[in-house]
Amino acid sequence: MSDLKITNLHKHYGAFHAVKGIDLDVPSGEFTVLVGPSGCGKSTLLRTIAGLEEASSGKVEIGGRDVTWARPRDRDIAMVFQNYALYPYLNVKENIAFGLRARKFASAEVEKRVARAAEMLGIGHLLQRFPRELSGGQRQRVAIGRAIVRDAILYLFDEPLSNLDAQLRDDMRVEIKRLHQELGRTMIYVTHDQIEAMTLADRIVLLRDGVIEQLGAPLDLFERPSTRFVAGFLGSPKMNFLNATLSPDGVTLADGTKLSLPGRKTSKAGQAVILGLRPQHIAMAGKTVAPGHERVPVTIELVQPTGSRVQVTMPLGGTSIVAELAAHDVSRPGEKTHIDIDMTRAVIIDPTTEKVI
Amino acid sequence: MSALPFHRRKDVRLAWRYLIAVLLVIVFVFPVYWLFIISFKTPDEIFAFPPVWYPASIQFNNYAVLFKDGDAWSVWNSLVLASVSTFFAMIFGTIAAYSLVRFKTGGENLAVWIISQRMMPPVAIVFPLFLLYVYFGWVDTYHGLIILYTAFSLPYVIWMMRGYIEDIPLELEESALVDGCTRWEVLWKVVLPMARSGLFATAVFTFIFAWNDFLFALVLTRTEVTTYTVQVTHYFGGQSNFWAKIAAMSVLGTIPVFFTVAVMQRYLVRGISMGAVKG
Repeated sequence: MSDLKITNLHKHYGAFHAVKGIDLDVPSGEFTVLVGPSGCGKSTLLRTIAGLEEASSGKVEIGGRDVTWARPRDRDIAMVFQNYALYPYLNVKENIAFGLRARKFASAEVEKRVARAAEMLGIGHLLQRFPRELSGGQRQRVAIGRAIVRDAILYLFDEPLSNLDAQLRDDMRVEIKRLHQELGRTMIYVTHDQIEAMTLADRIVLLRDGVIEQLGAPLDLFERPSTRFVAGFLGSPKMNFLNATLSPDGVTLADGTKLSLPGRKTSKAGQAVILGLRPQHIAMAGKTVAPGHERVPVTIELVQPTGSRVQVTMPLGGTSIVAELAAHDVSRPGEKTHIDIDMTRAVIIDPTTEKVI
Repeated sequence: MSALPFHRRKDVRLAWRYLIAVLLVIVFVFPVYWLFIISFKTPDEIFAFPPVWYPASIQFNNYAVLFKDGDAWSVWNSLVLASVSTFFAMIFGTIAAYSLVRFKTGGENLAVWIISQRMMPPVAIVFPLFLLYVYFGWVDTYHGLIILYTAFSLPYVIWMMRGYIEDIPLELEESALVDGCTRWEVLWKVVLPMARSGLFATAVFTFIFAWNDFLFALVLTRTEVTTYTVQVTHYFGGQSNFWAKIAAMSVLGTIPVFFTVAVMQRYLVRGISMGAVKG
């Protein structure tokens, strides 16, 4: 059964067309992440699901019920906001209990549920405090507690971690993932951060300019992007894009470097294409060239160590590419060396349609 | 200038500041003191020269006369009129302000239209109003003045509350809507608590406006609902002024406002600094 079904949803703000005909089906218990650059319509889509924005046309069904025109309170949803949305005049306990009290739950039931939610989130000792006395991470826990204390069909998260610092963000990401596994509820999560999307999602919905660019499991999108945009959006550092021309058994780069494409034959030799190479699929030259790999001489331009890995910039095919190498592979700029490129993972993109061939 | 050591120069500067502060306090507080002290004097003391800075014995005769003659009722009238009209103005004004902010009722300009009512001099409409009130039989009634004061306070309340409500993060309201509240519940459970300081500050000023009104009360009351501001003027005579009664009645009229402000001071300061400068 699907908990959320969106059919041909449109949203206009005056002349601006924010959501352009989205169809989406979210099965029960799935963690779906809506991701995309700012202005792609992901927040608008989420807010339309919540009923905070009115759909211009189309249909939203939650739990099999048409709620397109229902008020937010009648949709059986819970939502976590980016700025926590905690009531400063209520203590933590009353903040968590707010939704239950609004729905006239019996006092004993409220106590029980608040205690359980607080325990799950490890904030039991904070119940008597006020929001201003909490750290950012604690506030976000309370905000999440306020959502999970309710038995909603759908749990919505609107960029809940973007106000936290990097360390806390990592911790809370783990927490949210764990919560989803424990509760097994259907969750829709909006973020602009591709790492959050990759790590949390059962399924990623990648949006661009109000339409779904691609949708699928995180690794599907990472390994088999359907467009240049998807290929470039997911992954850090970003995928390298090089101008190239198809040849019968591979591609030729702008500077004449020939790279073979194993297992791929083309009849369109001479066609201009874009070659996409992930920094992770480039390695220091080993003793032998592995099958499907291409060995290329390069000169190191820039070295950025990240601790466990090192990001190395080097010229190739008339542009600069980035490779993610093992920490001690290169030491300084100017070094001449060889790299092995895994051509089996390379992506070929049609420059006019921007679609992956 | 003699070269004093640094800490001595600081002391001197501090002393100057205290001196100026004390002088300013005297300038502002003396009239209040004089008003209070006159109300406790005998007629001889009031007109004595050189002035009696403090009376030989505090006596309450001036007040006793006001209560015996029933004049003190006018303070009660003022209290009822100001409180009830403030109550209604706050309710309707807050709801209207919420509507203006959240639903953009009347577009961008309605709020400016509403506040423009404040620019109209009350004296320009007081006589047409008088004729209207005579027609309705509302002259010298509580409800007549309450309706008038409410109507006159509304633009101010709407304008002020609009500023405070605009400062409330939208997400707080949206969160409450998702959690199961209706719009009215959002107003009651989220907007009012969030705007509490502003609410109290606005209420205090609204109360003071109505409390201090003289013009409408003068024209639209006779004997039944005379307010204290009008009552005071009865003691200015053609031949002589009853300074003792004037002072005593003024004191009675000052006390309610004084206590209101004292009790609300915490909210007043916060409310004024919170959103009042936003338009």
